[in-house]
Amino acid sequence: MDAFSQLLDQLYFTNSTKTKSALIQAYLHATPDPDRGWAIAAIAGTLTFDFFKRNTVKKLILDHVDPTLFALSYDYVGEMSETVAHLWPHSINSDEPLPSLHEIVMQFTHCKKPEVPTLLTRYLSRMYASQRWALLKLGTRGLRVGVSARALKQCLAEYGNVDVSDIERIWHGLTPPYTDLMAWLDGHAPIPDVSDKGKALYSRTGDDISHSFGDLLDSVELNGRLDGELVVMLNSKVAPFNDLQQRLNKKKPSKRLMEMLPVHLIVYDALTLDGNTLTSLPLSERRKQLDAWFEGKRHPRLHLSEKFTVTNKDACVQLREHAITHPHIEGLMLKRLDSVYVNGRPSGQWYKWKRDPYVVDAVIMYAQRGHGKRSSFYSDYTFGTWQGDTLLPIGKAYSGFTDEELKKLDTWVRKNTVGHFGPVKEVKKALVFEIAFDSVHESKRHKSGLALRFPRIHRIRWDKPANEADTLDTVRRLITTR
Amino acid sequence: MHPKEWISVRDAGIYCHPADAYIDPLEPVSRAIITHGHADHARPGHHCVVSTKATLDIMRVRYGEEMAKDAVALKYGEDYQLGEDADPVKLTLYPAGHILGSAQVKLSYRGNSIIFAGDYKRRHDPTCEPFAVTPCDVFVTEATFALPVFTHPPLKDEIQKLLHSLDTFPERCHLVGVYALGKCQRVLYGLRQLGYSKPVYLHGALLNLCALYREYGHNFGELIPVSEVANKKSLAGEIVLAPPSALNDRWSRKLPNVRTAMASGWMQIRARSKQRQAELPLIISDHCDWPELLRTVKEVDAPEVWVTHGREEALIHQIEKMGIRAKALSLLGYEDTEETG
Ligand SMILES: [Zn+2]
Repeated sequence: MDAFSQLLDQLYFTNSTKTKSALIQAYLHATPDPDRGWAIAAIAGTLTFDFFKRNTVKKLILDHVDPTLFALSYDYVGEMSETVAHLWPHSINSDEPLPSLHEIVMQFTHCKKPEVPTLLTRYLSRMYASQRWALLKLGTRGLRVGVSARALKQCLAEYGNVDVSDIERIWHGLTPPYTDLMAWLDGHAPIPDVSDKGKALYSRTGDDISHSFGDLLDSVELNGRLDGELVVMLNSKVAPFNDLQQRLNKKKPSKRLMEMLPVHLIVYDALTLDGNTLTSLPLSERRKQLDAWFEGKRHPRLHLSEKFTVTNKDACVQLREHAITHPHIEGLMLKRLDSVYVNGRPSGQWYKWKRDPYVVDAVIMYAQRGHGKRSSFYSDYTFGTWQGDTLLPIGKAYSGFTDEELKKLDTWVRKNTVGHFGPVKEVKKALVFEIAFDSVHESKRHKSGLALRFPRIHRIRWDKPANEADTLDTVRRLITTR
Repeated sequence: MHPKEWISVRDAGIYCHPADAYIDPLEPVSRAIITHGHADHARPGHHCVVSTKATLDIMRVRYGEEMAKDAVALKYGEDYQLGEDADPVKLTLYPAGHILGSAQVKLSYRGNSIIFAGDYKRRHDPTCEPFAVTPCDVFVTEATFALPVFTHPPLKDEIQKLLHSLDTFPERCHLVGVYALGKCQRVLYGLRQLGYSKPVYLHGALLNLCALYREYGHNFGELIPVSEVANKKSLAGEIVLAPPSALNDRWSRKLPNVRTAMASGWMQIRARSKQRQAELPLIISDHCDWPELLRTVKEVDAPEVWVTHGREEALIHQIEKMGIRAKALSLLGYEDTEETG
């Protein structure tokens, strides 16, 4: 466990991908099975269940620490596991080394639910801060050490001196703690046989998200790899992004949720089809083959992305104007017909051409300290618009300003504080922000009944009097106009 | 008379009316009492400055001989009279344990006294005199690391981390970000303490203050300016100290295969370390951590505590729970320079 926690610490603070890879490979060399396999699973995000819930951790810490001090600490640190790691009192001095990672995984796997808090308490009390952090991150599957699933596979390939595409091909058929994979990489066994083993869905970062979208996967019959965009569809229409968000948030969605918000895939590209690799073909050719593959088949949950042909710029502008009249369409994708398929988002090949954002003038009402590197600044702002002579909050913004502006805003907030609610400062209703956002939705979260999507500060209007900011009605009208 | 009657917070900083003097003012004033030489406390341009000799010397190194028209040097424990003869204010300085020359400022007037501790710490630090617990009616404390998440590890452990990294990556130049005043010398001291006897290489901005510390009797072994190293490639496997601003700057590009470390109390918080792009965060602070702040408030045992810059909410909450009256003096302007932490 100690080696694992040290590895995470080093990875966390290392910026260079090369050094990260070297650190992981050194760990794989030095660590026996099955420990190293669990570490791979933790980094790749392939552990299938939480050892304990975040809420359990929170309850436990509140038994040990004054709630006000906890709240202020959490507000400052900005992250639960690290806050708890620092606050937890180191009360058991033990000369015994910590158990292995495998043992800890097994203990939590087989622990009866009511006994989890006791087990967790015992470990936290004999660990040091960085070990606690590692255990909490491992147990709640919240590990982020800047190694994507794809980078990890690359690193494994280097470690075993094998081709990364071989790892990618078999990956979805493997399970933690990956002893068969490691035996192969160490040269003690042939490549694991996972032929025709099921289907999988990957996020853009290479994370396996199959478990969240069983309904979609079950519906697909395919020998190949497709690329596309997830959407929720209701009555054959694409539903608002909010609906998809609900599905994205659930690692294991209930049957009811899957029926209520069925997920579909808008397919726009193919990497392999019927055993042929297409990635080095130009888009025009890949698309031709994809169209052909779709022909004559019924795919209840797969839909081909619409393609449009335009011959001049005006037609293109018009097309975008037309597209964004649809409430859930953000704009057009422009793609080079000769572009080959590349992982990630290579620049110059594909462009997102979004609608122009909406803009309103709103008044800052509350401010809160930011998280992480901004934790010494008041950088999170709640703003509102007028209804009669009262301001009602419509959203929060954390971005859109420069570091210089942030300093100025921070000073302004401190000088214009009129009240406190815990960590929240209420400020004088005197400063106007020009807020840009993508769309407006009805929402029960705010008293105003409205919520903005992707709000960011467009400009700070130091010059504009607060009473000249926009009204709530102006904002509400934007729901219906597009 | 209760200090709240004769101390106030003005735009220029904390002001003592009967003495007509500011403590660590943010703007040029006619009379300034300076707790210590860090740039957010000791600013140039005052008419008269009262402080310890070391602090005055630090200000001279930084701002030139003309850092003030008039300078008064006080020894620790020496009384100095301000205000009217008939209605005097007594000023006394006591060691604060923060950096060379750092002092707590005690003001006594009409039977009551107040201590401004400035920045202070309780850890052993041979580069300055240890914090002196001194009784008073109002104790004014800083709150830089006033959250229970802050517990600073021993200096030895953190220096060990650096030496360990040097063993693991012997081909890499270890570039350590240190504040020029206090932190730099403490890291040097820590290295020598653990038996590191090779020369340590310094960025030009650190030289003058190290020379001043040497005048005050602190010897840090062989120090070599990086600018005097003809072949920078020879710095592979060596320790180079530089101010934080130089870490990711053009200056550091000439160093071979750099591994970046940063020495600061903030390094305990992961996101802060990331912000500094420090691969090797060293938790070395010249301030009190949470347990030391509470211990100090308890030992000083003043009936009332005022809290200046930092995370005052948590500290006030805890002090009130200890049954001591506490209030926040919101001071802007501190902690906005490079030197805090
Ligand atoms: Zn200081």
